[in-house]
Amino acid sequence: MIVSNLELIPGKRIAAHLGIVQGSTVRAKHVGRDIFASLKNIVGGELKGYTELMQEARQEAVDRMIAEAESIGANAILNVRFATTSIAVGAAEILAYGSAVRLENP
Amino acid sequence: MDALFELAVFAALLATGFLAGRVIEQRHYASIRAREAQYADVLAFGFRFPADRVTPQRVFLVTGTVVVSADYFKTFVAGLRNLFGGRLRAYETLLERARREALLRLKEDARRRGARMIVCVRFETTSITGGWAPSIEVLAYGTALIPEQTNRAT
Repeated sequence: MIVSNLELIPGKRIAAHLGIVQGSTVRAKHVGRDIFASLKNIVGGELKGYTELMQEARQEAVDRMIAEAESIGANAILNVRFATTSIAVGAAEILAYGSAVRLENP
Repeated sequence: MDALFELAVFAALLATGFLAGRVIEQRHYASIRAREAQYADVLAFGFRFPADRVTPQRVFLVTGTVVVSADYFKTFVAGLRNLFGGRLRAYETLLERARREALLRLKEDARRRGARMIVCVRFETTSITGGWAPSIEVLAYGTALIPEQTNRAT
């Protein structure tokens, strides 16, 4: 599975467009991380716990998107975009979406 | 007496934020500069298509992300500045650090997986609510290319 935010992959031809695929996840931080983060708010700097959380969440969104693409017979997802929205205090939705296509060598 | 106590706590938080925040920021800048030199060989472009019609052997998505928080002092200063408007220099440096860090992590991801070139780099910034000080997440993502080996006779 090729996943890329390019619209075309040089040296490959798009044989079929299979529509939009997406994957998303809503995550909240647990209280321990929140307490640590609020202490960290005094001195500033990186909130490593949150960085990891966002990374995990994004990976999961991408995995779900790939699963959807596989289920419709795609071998690549092009033009991938990410979106993040905080929906409530301490919770965020992470969305990954792109165009599922079937690529072939010309 | 209570008011005096609250004032003392506020002053202590402000001083801690100012001193610790400065040290953390300076260390972060030093580390960013060092790693920027180290990762100078990984090229990142905003172009949507690779230059010179590179035929990639392999392409894959790479990401770099960081969540940083402002300190108590910066938040206070920004609150004051809000009254008059104008540049919030305290936050400018925060965002700059976050963006450079995210780009570095993007390059790190690419290099770890064997690529030296990233195209179509995009940034995304989200502010994360909660806590007293604003935190922001910066995500950098792009497509890493591993060009085909061409055995050109020179």
